[in-house]
Amino acid sequence: MLELALNARRGSFHLEVECRLASDWTVIFGHSGAGKSTLLRLLAGLDRNSRGETANARIALDGRLLTDSASGKWLKPGRRQTGLVAQHSSLFPHLSVEANVAYGLAGLDRNLRATRVAEMLELVDATSLVNRRPQDLSGGQAQRVALARALAPGPRLLLLDEPFSALDGTASDALVDRLQVWLRANSVQTVLATHDATDAFSTGAEVALLREGHLAAVGPAAEVLQDERERIARRLKTP
Amino acid sequence: MDWQALALTLRLATVTTAILLAVAVPLAALLVLGRGRWLAAVEALASLPLVLPPTVLGFFLLVLLGPRTAVGRCITALLGHPLAFSFSGLVVGSVIYSLPFAVQPLVAGFAAIEPALVDGARLLGAGSARVVFTLLVPLARRSLVASAVLSFLHTVGEFGVVLMLGGDIPGATRTLSIVLYNQVENFDYAAANSTAAILLGLSIVALAAIYLTGQIRGGRRA
Repeated sequence: MLELALNARRGSFHLEVECRLASDWTVIFGHSGAGKSTLLRLLAGLDRNSRGETANARIALDGRLLTDSASGKWLKPGRRQTGLVAQHSSLFPHLSVEANVAYGLAGLDRNLRATRVAEMLELVDATSLVNRRPQDLSGGQAQRVALARALAPGPRLLLLDEPFSALDGTASDALVDRLQVWLRANSVQTVLATHDATDAFSTGAEVALLREGHLAAVGPAAEVLQDERERIARRLKTP
Repeated sequence: MDWQALALTLRLATVTTAILLAVAVPLAALLVLGRGRWLAAVEALASLPLVLPPTVLGFFLLVLLGPRTAVGRCITALLGHPLAFSFSGLVVGSVIYSLPFAVQPLVAGFAAIEPALVDGARLLGAGSARVVFTLLVPLARRSLVASAVLSFLHTVGEFGVVLMLGGDIPGATRTLSIVLYNQVENFDYAAANSTAAILLGLSIVALAAIYLTGQIRGGRRA
């Protein structure tokens, strides 16, 4: 259960979100500039000291406070048990795929680390890439590796910021299906930010609709994205 | 050829460069990753030797490290001798004088690294030291080379600070620049030519090292 109460400003942009996300896979749907990425960065604890410092924020995951401006509590990004995969993979360019995935496992014994890296690469179907460098990967391969890297330390919360845009539809669907099973089995709550309504419909997720920084609705995709559904249907019928 | 002065100059430049790298890497990382208005004051202070005449800096240090100030008396009591007119004093002066030449290339190199990479490392549990040494330094290695070479060369060619703070003591504070000055003052242009040629050669070799590193790394990044 992810509990959010955010009221943040970044220049003229105002993000105001208050909700409880209980579903294990939630889609934050919104068009460009709606505040999806800002929301994910606040959840990850990455924007604390920027100019857009959160004025009022309370973020709790399964009852554990991650941010609480009232009491001055703010957990560092690395202590939130939160993984983030953005649209651009941001793999460390000087490290191999294996070293990238192992980066968050510094505290583990060498053998356990190698086992965990192999397990994660297998999950995202990237085992054959283990010795490659990020610059030798395609966009889709890099996204798979970034996903493996984010999952390796065992996060309780996974934040995905349009991470499947570099994958073709079939590959993306297969990966999401496999990922959802694994995440559910490992009790990892996932929040996926997207502007693509098909991401919401295809995963049967709970959807939070974000408009200009404000939460417009939360509920099943079929209800919340009714307008989007009709728009897509109209486009598909157009010769 | 004054081999003693050459050896002393190279020793001074090596020690200064090593200290500067140890200071400049964390300082540059702080300036790039840190937040707060006070950092502007730190950056200005670190850049001050760029605009301060070397003789002025040398004079300030001479006074500060001398017996007239509490700092100078304290250091003398600790070391058993004053820092002024000693090799250690030259090292202190050189580190301060060359600080901007070590810090500026590193700041430029670190700032060119995508912030998303730093965010990624932090989310994976990396603390500041790990971010610096596993991410910033390897990705800005060309800047690190530039920082080391510029610090080394700047120290080798130093004159004003050395003369004010160290004087001209053979084997202790007499560097190649001082030797060159003495040779010119004595109208010994042949010897001055040799000394100047060595200083020029050192500069060319070091600068070539910077550009070669860039080519070997395959680009001009960071």
